[in-house]
Amino acid sequence: MEELRMVRLLDADGGAVEDDRYPMPPPEVLVDAYRALVRGKRLNEQASALVRQGRLAVYPSSRGQEACQVTAAAVLRPGDWLFPTYRDTVAVVERGVDPVEVLTLLRGDWHCGYDPSRHRVAPQATPLATQLLHAVGAAHAATLRGEDTVVLALCGDGATSEGDFHEALNFAAVFAAPVVFLVQNNKYAISVPLARQSVAPSLAHKGIGYGMPGVLVDGNDTAALTAVLGEAVTRAAGGGGPTLVEADTYRIDAHTNADDASRYRTDDEVAAWARRDPLVRLRAYLRGLAVLDDEREAEFTAAAEADAARLRAALADDRPPEPAELFAHVRATPTPQLAAQAASLRAELAAERRQPEEER
Amino acid sequence: MAAPVRSTADQPTSSVQNLTIGKALNLGLRAAMEADDKVLVLGEDVGKLGGVFRITDGLQKDFGEQRVLDTPLAESGIIGTAVGLAVRGFRPVCEIQFEGFIFPGFDQISSQLAKLHYRTQGGIKVPVVIRVPYGGGIGAVEHHSESPESLFAHIAGLKVVSCANPVDAYWMIQQAIRCDDPVLFFEPKRLYHSGALKAPVDTAAEPDPLFASRTVRQGSTATLVAYGPSVKVCLDAATAAAEDDLSLEVIDLRTLSPLDLEPVFESVRRTGRLITVSEAPSESSITSEIAARVQQECFYSLESPVLRVTGFDTPYPPSKLEEHYLPDLDRVLHAVDRALAW
Repeated sequence: MEELRMVRLLDADGGAVEDDRYPMPPPEVLVDAYRALVRGKRLNEQASALVRQGRLAVYPSSRGQEACQVTAAAVLRPGDWLFPTYRDTVAVVERGVDPVEVLTLLRGDWHCGYDPSRHRVAPQATPLATQLLHAVGAAHAATLRGEDTVVLALCGDGATSEGDFHEALNFAAVFAAPVVFLVQNNKYAISVPLARQSVAPSLAHKGIGYGMPGVLVDGNDTAALTAVLGEAVTRAAGGGGPTLVEADTYRIDAHTNADDASRYRTDDEVAAWARRDPLVRLRAYLRGLAVLDDEREAEFTAAAEADAARLRAALADDRPPEPAELFAHVRATPTPQLAAQAASLRAELAAERRQPEEER
Repeated sequence: MAAPVRSTADQPTSSVQNLTIGKALNLGLRAAMEADDKVLVLGEDVGKLGGVFRITDGLQKDFGEQRVLDTPLAESGIIGTAVGLAVRGFRPVCEIQFEGFIFPGFDQISSQLAKLHYRTQGGIKVPVVIRVPYGGGIGAVEHHSESPESLFAHIAGLKVVSCANPVDAYWMIQQAIRCDDPVLFFEPKRLYHSGALKAPVDTAAEPDPLFASRTVRQGSTATLVAYGPSVKVCLDAATAAAEDDLSLEVIDLRTLSPLDLEPVFESVRRTGRLITVSEAPSESSITSEIAARVQQECFYSLESPVLRVTGFDTPYPPSKLEEHYLPDLDRVLHAVDRALAW
């Protein structure tokens, strides 16, 4: 089977690589991407620290995948939609959602802490691949409404084994839906390596089977991702239908803080991927162009630190959600059964509040 | 000169039509699509063919391929895509070809469709209707005759209803489409084209609310509660029992989630006896739930235990055995006898 030639515009040292298919994005776009990478990396570190401090229940880090995260948000226009997963906190934040609202899910305060319609970001999906079908539906809705809205849907390599992944690609292709699927192939589904998910020459090949372009891109190369995803979004917006993009990347951190990655991968393997850090590569390129200097870098770092400090302060306030919320949004129109159950919980809580006084 | 007198039977007013359940559903869908251009129909064979039961007959021709979509053959895909369409303001009506094929879509229904409103604190409404032809008695091969409604009634966030006559078929499908919550709409498939059930449907009438049970025959000796295809069985049983001077009250549940049991409680307080009837297996079912609630609310009114007449706790049998599986008039009357003899 024919190999797909991976799109790469920057090598591991930040040197520009010619690719006859995709032009290098303009420097100012990449400087802004670098700002986002610095911010995203800091958010990953801060959220992981907040788990250790007991402020978050869990955090699936995208450390190492920041280029995919920030580019997925950056290529979208204001009216476009993003359909993220639990590992895509950085992408959601870069789309403009307050990190405190995003982390509501992982804090255990509510299953989704932001308004999806306002931000045009679907709730983060915890099951694998279910969101891809929603993305196709939302994309087809744009067609029916006569909009040029594009939907970008994220998933990982493990999700490509799920039936919904295949149904989503097929529906998207049959409907020529304006949707871009970005598979972040980070090599592991918790502990199970890619070889146990697929023996296809690449995950991007799967697009070809469904009748859509399949593009393999270096997932740690922000320039290549910007070019590839940007082109896919433009094609979708112009009525050219869906694209499957596979980003070749790596999950540097464990699956979550509850995972012990040393049981299934070696330190050497992680170290080799750490040397392909997307920040290092883009920084070297931009410093070489003299469009990024110490002052600019200090500015980005300070902004990222300020974000982290604000997040720490916000999450220090750990008042639990109101118990009444349990019943508030089960259905758009409430039912008598739920009203009765809510009343019974209220009575139970009232009795608990009275009890200590009586004991006194 | 006096105006000629016309019999309304010869010349029905334009708003009244004599319809089967199937035709009433078809006209209900049509009315919903005319009233709101955000209403879409999607599923397998719903376009040119009009669905394997012809419930969507003519809709694609009149509303176009954009509003009546033949989808690839994948139930999770149909429902997942409908969720995405609803997120962007549409009101999709999905047809599942037979109830036995709904399960590839079960994850999208139970984990996504049912929970999106809750997860987003009401930020996203998902007014998706899933139409499900269900029930047995059509002599079909396996996976074409089941009654899985209890599985869906168990899931918080969904609403589950079932129609049993043409008037309800016409109105309930429109009300379900207008509802801002996801609705599983169970249709008694063996009665779709039943001439015996044909009834005048007044399309200008004011319909009953969607989420309300209805007493369809008044009586005083015992209460029968049923829904969907079993309502006819109970009405036939009540007619037969009347010959023996037994007065059976029949309640058509109509809504399975949320349940509307006040009419049932009121009835049981008068009759003291309740028999619940359904084709579904009995264990952990709608009929179990009714029994539990009635003993809680009507304990001192009960003259006998609540009895259940249901399918057996087996997989749906081959068609040559289904007459032994399906609750019929005799089985219902036998239960009435047991309740009276308690």
